[in-house]
Amino acid sequence: MKRFAHLFRELDRSTATLDKRAALIRYFREAPPADAAWALYLLSGGKITGARQRIATTGELRQWVGLLSGLPPWLVEASYDQVGDLAETLALLVDDPQTTLPERALADWIEGQLLPLANRDEKERREVVLAAWRGLAFDERLLFNKLLTGALRVGVSQRTVQQALAEMSGIDIARIAQRMLGAWTPSAGFLQQLLSTEVLPSDRRQPYPFFLASPLEQAAETLGDIESWILEWKWDGIRLQLIRRDGEIALWSRGEERLDGRFPEIEAAATQLPRDCVIDGELLAWIPGSAEPLPFTALQKRIQRLKPGAKTLADAPVRMQVYDLLELDGEDWRERSLLQRRAALKSLLATQATASATDPRIVLSSRVYAKNWASAAQLRDSARERGVEGLMLKRGASPYQAGRRRGDWWKWKIAPLTIDAVLLYAQAGHGRRSTLYTDYTFGLWDGDTLVPVAKAYSGLTDAEILELDRWIRAHTRERFGPVRSVDAHQVFELGFEAVNRSARHKSGIAVRFPRILRWRRDKPMADADQLQTLQALAR
Amino acid sequence: MAGMPDLVQLTESGLYCAAGDFHIDPWRPVPRAVITHGHGDHARSGMGEYHCTEASLPILKWRLGEQHYHGYRYGQTFVLGAARVSLHSAGHVLGSAQVRIEVDGEVWVASGDYKRQPDPSCAPFEVVPCDTFITEATFGLPVYRWPAASEVAQEMVAWREQCAARGEAAVLYCYALGKAQRVLAELQAHTAQPVFLHGAVANGVEVYRRAGIEMIATQPVSETRSDQRYAGELIIAPPSAAGSAWLRRFGRVQQGFASGWMRIRGNRRRRNYDRGFVVSDHADWPDLLRTIRETGARRVIATHGNTDALVRVLNEEGIAAGAFTTHYGDEA
Repeated sequence: MKRFAHLFRELDRSTATLDKRAALIRYFREAPPADAAWALYLLSGGKITGARQRIATTGELRQWVGLLSGLPPWLVEASYDQVGDLAETLALLVDDPQTTLPERALADWIEGQLLPLANRDEKERREVVLAAWRGLAFDERLLFNKLLTGALRVGVSQRTVQQALAEMSGIDIARIAQRMLGAWTPSAGFLQQLLSTEVLPSDRRQPYPFFLASPLEQAAETLGDIESWILEWKWDGIRLQLIRRDGEIALWSRGEERLDGRFPEIEAAATQLPRDCVIDGELLAWIPGSAEPLPFTALQKRIQRLKPGAKTLADAPVRMQVYDLLELDGEDWRERSLLQRRAALKSLLATQATASATDPRIVLSSRVYAKNWASAAQLRDSARERGVEGLMLKRGASPYQAGRRRGDWWKWKIAPLTIDAVLLYAQAGHGRRSTLYTDYTFGLWDGDTLVPVAKAYSGLTDAEILELDRWIRAHTRERFGPVRSVDAHQVFELGFEAVNRSARHKSGIAVRFPRILRWRRDKPMADADQLQTLQALAR
Repeated sequence: MAGMPDLVQLTESGLYCAAGDFHIDPWRPVPRAVITHGHGDHARSGMGEYHCTEASLPILKWRLGEQHYHGYRYGQTFVLGAARVSLHSAGHVLGSAQVRIEVDGEVWVASGDYKRQPDPSCAPFEVVPCDTFITEATFGLPVYRWPAASEVAQEMVAWREQCAARGEAAVLYCYALGKAQRVLAELQAHTAQPVFLHGAVANGVEVYRRAGIEMIATQPVSETRSDQRYAGELIIAPPSAAGSAWLRRFGRVQQGFASGWMRIRGNRRRRNYDRGFVVSDHADWPDLLRTIRETGARRVIATHGNTDALVRVLNEEGIAAGAFTTHYGDEA
């Protein structure tokens, strides 16, 4: 495990992507294949523990470190609040070993020690963990704890890992990305297949990596002639890849999860398609005949239902607004232009069975036409009434790329709704923001009381974060574990995409994507907005 | 002792001893101040009189200019009003002191900032038995435990060598007074290669050298030739130099920070340092507890840092503990 701990440290220290990639290549070249496969799995966000595979709960880990260090539970918790990372806290609270354990390979630790331990009784699991804590040096102890507490989060994107593998093996990065989609078991065999130069039968069952748009930050005019762009509405739903191969249907989410069975109406419609294909689009809750989709909260009810009943299907019927064609009759179309792909998609859908014509479930996301960027901006301003988030701008000549690549696909969202809200609670952040109060809860006036309405974590500059952290410490009213309530005084302008009614929230509403736009030092808290103002915006 | 007022009380101007009519490290102008050490959050200008150690005089004169100073040897007793006062080494920086106050047989000690680790650039901490101990608590949580400074100095040298192999300069940020000189003194045992200094650090190094502290050879960056190449060199600068135009002359650099805060990864990552070196001039958690026990104090007052956890642990051990809210802690 020393080798992987060393890689982890190099990645954690490095601030340059090139250095990270070089460290990854060195590791993948030198590590035994079984270790490299586990390293790949872990660096891609894979976990070896889970609800059904319990090695140590976070509660048990806290308790066990108390046993080993002699610290009371509250002091373990206070330490965690300071560090903001449980694995690191545990590593810091344990003494460095006098004599270290004999070296074991990463794969041996995981397959030989940890996985067989899953769901054993508490004593057995505790003994293995305590023995590791007593015998591992700091870097390995930290890594060991990361294996137990979840994802590594070491500041390496999946794309960086894939670039390293591509550079090392000479295999196209798109193929590597495709082979890594979905669930896979880390093993020397998997790694061999992943880096195989042959086209494998399994390549045929995989989805394609999604092409992601970047937010448009410059003026739209800088994109040049609007004629070379395709404009579409930006839907507020779930990105979905529909695969139909040899008549069989699979649905994949952007989270690389198979969604089969959850959306039977989409699968049924897909079997009606005249040809095999892979389609990219957005899933939305949409009442047939309605001009606009239901709000996102309606769709949320469907996501968790593995086998939706008749009532759910009737209350929140779904449809897919599709906008891209990645494969047709087994042929990869991603290198063709978007114009060609859209044209083929349109004719594919035009030949759907007539039964679906009155209640279509797979619908071409219509192209939005504008003479120039100024009139496009006007259309964008109507987005909220249409129940969409803004416009997508896609270069007509663009191929379908993998991941978030700037240049050809832009999301051009409407200006957010805003409110002025009062800071009520603060909690210490995690990772880079550990030891600072960076997770804030804001409230609005309901009569003469302030009601919490939104949490926000982003939008302040580093200097503002430090200043606000000091203010919070000096103006704490009460502490509830890691949360502090503060004097109601500071006003912030919050931006958000939409407001929905919600029975789950005390305020009766839920805001989408809240973030801080400005610190309103000029505004007395009495002038913050009323809860009613926000409620009036709710859909 | 019941009914006797506390020897030291917290006032708007700072810690105040009524019996001796003096303040300790006040943050507002007062007629008579006892100063524990020269850091800016403890030694401020505007006081009528400054009572301090002889060893700290060069630092105070450098930072505050000519003032009405009274210098004392470590352990020398002097009388202020009804109080017998003496200053005892705190091991924090050159000349740093704890303040021992005795009135009618009752003894209070105010620690200022202190550490217990060996430090070749200043006198070691002295345990002073007392009834009440006013302690700092900058690193008052059990996650803060320091490695030996000599190990850290070796890591710094190894880092500079890695930078050399990549054609980069190694810029190490250290507090200009105390930390930088300690690092320079520690480096002597591990390398002979001279170290370049930012102007703010060079002044402090000069003060230490004149006081007879041995450190590795240094050269101010301001006195180098314009064609000086810095790849493979170690440069010590104050944290405020990070991100400034001053860095441009060094070409490609890696940046490190020497501080107890670097014990936590998030602190390093947030500031985007390539390296964090865990070296602190404050007591770590085990040393805070050890020191409090060794003083034999039955009552403890924590002044700055993570006071909550320390106060609770002490109370659970049967030591009466509380906290003062002070203006200290800008320099850790």
